[in-house]
Amino acid sequence: MNLSRRLGTLPTHVTIITVVLIWTIPTIATIVNSFRPPALVGTTGWWTAFLPPFAFTFENYERVLTTNNMGTSFLNSLTIVIPATFIPIAVAAIAAYAFAWMSFPLRNTLFLLLVGLIVVPLQVTLVPVLQAYQNLGLTGTFLAVWLAHTGYGLPFAIYLLRNFFGALPKDLFEAASIDGAGTLTTFFRLVLPLSVPALASITIFQFLWVWNDLLVALIFLGGAPDVAPLTVTVSNLVNSLGQDWQRLTAAAFISTALPLVVFLSLQRYFVRGILAGSVKG
Amino acid sequence: MIDRIPQVAAALVLPVAALVGYIVVAEWILHRLPERARPRVRPWVWIGPALAFVGFFLIAPAIETIFLSLMDATSTNFVGINNYVAVLSDSNVHIAIRNNLFWWIVFFTGFVLIDGLVIAVLADRVRYEGLAKSLIFLPQAISFVAAGTIWKFIYSYQPPGVEQTGTLNAITVFFGGDPQPWLTQAPTNNLLLIIVGVWAWAGFATVILSAALKGVPVELLEAARLDGASETMVFRQIVFPLLLPTITVVATTLVIFALKAFDVVYVMTNGNFDTEVLANRMYKEMFTARNYGRASAVAVLLLTGIVPVLIFNLRRFREQEAIR
Amino acid sequence: MVRSSLARPVAALFVFALLIAACGPSPRAVQGGLGGTVSVLATWGGDEQASFLAMVKPFEDQYGVKVQYEGTRDLNAILSTRVQGGNPPDVAGLPGPGQMSQFAKAGKLIDLGNVLDMNAMKDEYPESFLKLAQVDGKQVGIFIKAALKGPIWYNPKQFTAKGYAVPKTWDELITLSKKIADSGTTPWCIGFESAAASGWPGTDWLEDIVLRQSGPDVYDQWWQGTKKWTSPEIKKAWETFGTIIADPKMVLGGKNAMLATAFGDSGNPLFSNPPRCFLHHQASFITDFFTKANPSIKSGEDFNFFMTPDIDTKYAGAVTGAGDLFGMFKDTPQARALMNYLTTPAAQAIWVKRGGALSPDKKVTEYPDKISSDSAKALTSAKIFRFDASDLMPEAMNAAFWKAILDYTNDPTKLDSILASLDKVQADSYKK
Repeated sequence: MNLSRRLGTLPTHVTIITVVLIWTIPTIATIVNSFRPPALVGTTGWWTAFLPPFAFTFENYERVLTTNNMGTSFLNSLTIVIPATFIPIAVAAIAAYAFAWMSFPLRNTLFLLLVGLIVVPLQVTLVPVLQAYQNLGLTGTFLAVWLAHTGYGLPFAIYLLRNFFGALPKDLFEAASIDGAGTLTTFFRLVLPLSVPALASITIFQFLWVWNDLLVALIFLGGAPDVAPLTVTVSNLVNSLGQDWQRLTAAAFISTALPLVVFLSLQRYFVRGILAGSVKG
Repeated sequence: MIDRIPQVAAALVLPVAALVGYIVVAEWILHRLPERARPRVRPWVWIGPALAFVGFFLIAPAIETIFLSLMDATSTNFVGINNYVAVLSDSNVHIAIRNNLFWWIVFFTGFVLIDGLVIAVLADRVRYEGLAKSLIFLPQAISFVAAGTIWKFIYSYQPPGVEQTGTLNAITVFFGGDPQPWLTQAPTNNLLLIIVGVWAWAGFATVILSAALKGVPVELLEAARLDGASETMVFRQIVFPLLLPTITVVATTLVIFALKAFDVVYVMTNGNFDTEVLANRMYKEMFTARNYGRASAVAVLLLTGIVPVLIFNLRRFREQEAIR
Repeated sequence: MVRSSLARPVAALFVFALLIAACGPSPRAVQGGLGGTVSVLATWGGDEQASFLAMVKPFEDQYGVKVQYEGTRDLNAILSTRVQGGNPPDVAGLPGPGQMSQFAKAGKLIDLGNVLDMNAMKDEYPESFLKLAQVDGKQVGIFIKAALKGPIWYNPKQFTAKGYAVPKTWDELITLSKKIADSGTTPWCIGFESAAASGWPGTDWLEDIVLRQSGPDVYDQWWQGTKKWTSPEIKKAWETFGTIIADPKMVLGGKNAMLATAFGDSGNPLFSNPPRCFLHHQASFITDFFTKANPSIKSGEDFNFFMTPDIDTKYAGAVTGAGDLFGMFKDTPQARALMNYLTTPAAQAIWVKRGGALSPDKKVTEYPDKISSDSAKALTSAKIFRFDASDLMPEAMNAAFWKAILDYTNDPTKLDSILASLDKVQADSYKK
């Protein structure tokens, strides 16, 4: 492969670096502020932290990490997020495959309905679902949130996966069926492995959205300390008048740690060339 | 605490195993059916679980919302289209519709799409691709509440002559201008809110477009380059058309998010100073005024906004099918 | 494949979290006594949450009942949804009597007459605080903490240095303001920004003016929705408010600063060197903001307050206040026990001693500093006492009021159209 093209041209580098810098400034500003004493944060800009006197402090992070219940909340968040990520992806994958490669009446209509459902605002679903949960006795259980996040995450997941599944070359399927592969084999041995970037993408998003969710957890699970996820505990670092918001930013960065780990570890699946060479066999 | 591990492990393994089992068993049953029946029954088995979930969590509440929009504030009496009349003659709603349509759907979607595309394509060519994408993606990982706090700080205002703590005003003052109360000044405040949204969502677009980009067969690109095509031509003739379906998906999703825009506006201005959006109006009607009839009417208004989007998607499907 | 790559980092974090969690408090053993749990939903976070939990700890120990506190900044949304969805908390902190009456009228609140010892209550609480939490003659809420509204904060050291005297009447206040303005500094510091509730500090101003200018009867008609916003008394109050905020020489930073500055930060220029303003109108809970942002200042020396002075001598000694209200949504033995406990002076004294709260209970007498005890005295011994009007109005009216403050500050010439649209909201929101 041509090395110079691989390395990119100067305009490319300049563009990317400029954009990335602009993108990161707000985050850097906040990280710097999270290490400054609250009295200074309200009166001086964050850039002054790099001039004398160098007044840095860990007190915000200390407060956050020693807050009651941080460990349990983290565990609760994990308890919520892991199933709430994988169940919707599993359900979406099998549905997306059907929408992409099976023909049946109403296929397009149903699919469009699903896409349309992305717009349904979360708030209008809360009371009906809560009432149903009350009747089923599910309120306050983790199962309630797992199911809810599955329902809410499905429309986008199906939309995205169908797009990628549908982009697979038709010849692949024909070749597979000539080889005698049934639907199941095609799905598990062909479609899924070839769609790893797409699956990685939706995993990241679903994980993130559930990890950062506050409302669904508060309504269906409740905010009691033994089940409260990190988002609830973090939002309670700020008092009702908005005091101590700098703890919020410190906590936000701490809670970003895990999603970033997930994101970075899934980066390896954004590789090109999975399809390369597979067309002609 | 310790008892949580088996619970989580079970919650992870069991449903996924159940789904796999479901599909395997379903296929087994399908094989018991005559050959001709299989392709007719199979799709419904595969989309069944999904339909059940969205039916319970999304479709049923949406239908109930439509009914509630025809009832009064406490959902006890039928009032027909009164709520719609009230909502559509509310000047706040007019402002919200204007903001959603113009600022959010056009500018937000446009900026995010362009940003995502540019980064996805350019980062593909550099060695530090992973790092660049991660930094663009970082805002997505930060919760909205924290993002609102971060940007409130960037836009914060001190009177002239006082040291500025907000980054934007510091830059303004540095270049000799007067500090501005950015968030309270229309119409720039809308643009500034959009910027927060773009900052938060560009990573979303980048990740998806990057994934699609990786699916473009390398041989096609190499062949074109060997034939002497310039990079722009390669992009325009080969890459872009192959990316178009994914761009449609990203654009559609972004337009829908633009329609639903809520968190940024709620946290930063609460819709004051001409920045109102429909989702915030719905929130206010639902939880402040407790007028469920009107709140549902605003929600239905929101829902109708996606009809053009769906029509667009339908046309694209038909085109794609024709190619296949 | 996807899963296996996640397994390692996730497992590591899992173990890490277990270690943290394992070091946390062990589950509470149920002692002889009531046992069980009671769920509490309120807006308190941070220090307030710590204070509330400290307040209920003796209750937990005494009865063996675990208090499950759930905090949210979005109380309206969460409480409404849960009540509507059939899953209310046992006990909830209500944002104000206006909200509370909406729940009461819908039949969602339990009548506390059967839960509390009403005779003891009548003994301990000023009549006004009891009545405010009643709907249709039934006691549906109790106040567990209060705040004084109407203090005007000033820097005593600066006043002495400049030879300013604490004004005793509204006219003296205006004269003093003009004097300070003429000397080259803006007299007032004002900030209205408060996220979704921006504008509320201005409503406090207006309430103080209406009460002192037109008296308690007009005030009551106003919050009850029978006095129009366009009426001459209310309009006059806005115009009086305008003599301060519409004059750029009167307020630091003018309208831009008022609209963009967070209320909690807006008082800090009192303590800058040299001070950029001399007067700040804000409720008693602002002291915490002062000391956090300016760690070196001392209560009583660097900041003190005088009450918003009388405007019309007919209504001398008028005071406004507010408070946090608790209501019961589910009738359980644990909830009953908690409600009873929360009304006791012993319980309220715990929070009061930690600072940042006043108690409406006459039997609570120990305050951590002079300013708090002065505030409490002003609250409980006022000649004419009225609760914060905007908290008494229906939520939609309250929200429109907040917004009207912002609109008026932005353009005081639009007063008539602002008042007209407030009338429209009034007509609409008091119907139910």
